Amino acid sequence: MTGDGGLQAERTRLAWRRTLLALTVVTVLTVRQAVTGGPTGVLLAGVAVLGWGATLALCWGRATRGALRTGTRPVPLTALATAGYALLGALLVLRGMW
Amino acid sequence: MWQTIRRWFDPQEMRSVGRTPDYRFSLANERTFLAWLRTGLALIAGGLAAAQFLPPLPVRHLREAIAIALLLLGGAVAVRAVDHWSRTERAIRLGEELPASRFPAVLALAVGVGSLLLVAAVLVRAIGEW
Repeated sequence: MTGDGGLQAERTRLAWRRTLLALTVVTVLTVRQAVTGGPTGVLLAGVAVLGWGATLALCWGRATRGALRTGTRPVPLTALATAGYALLGALLVLRGMW
Repeated sequence: MWQTIRRWFDPQEMRSVGRTPDYRFSLANERTFLAWLRTGLALIAGGLAAAQFLPPLPVRHLREAIAIALLLLGGAVAVRAVDHWSRTERAIRLGEELPASRFPAVLALAVGVGSLLLVAAVLVRAIGEW
């Protein structure tokens, strides 16, 4: 019917994988930023790693099997996780100034 | 506003409007969203890298200000990406015009002006040392 041999779905799976890879890099940098600052820093690093694991678990299906339905939760939740990393990062940078 | 945020998270609500399009359109919309998300993640990574790898700059807290500006810009890109994805999906289902947006232009200008300011700062410093 579509005659694209599932290429669009393949491209979408690969796009999810690239995004999760980028998220992993951001997690590593966040942990590196956090661990310099004592016990609170280690706690915040733990939050970053937990968020990474949760996002990965949530998006694993889309990155490996793909999905053909619209309006799915991995999309908004990954965006939310990204915004969360931005706020956590800003908090950590602010904390490092004192 | 709450209505908009609910739409981001509610698959049932999204599937209830209009008709289901050719799945390739939805996948293309999702990939565009993912490309924006990676743009946001790159800005966040850039902010964290500025905080961790730049030496302290001559202006007090300039390094931290650059880092926080990049981080907040990255977060804004992510939130805007999901909003645009949701509105585009609706428009495709309803057969309407795709939502227009000034955001790409604003982001490009912000990045361009920020780079120019940094180039100016580097030049001023180089001339001062010379």
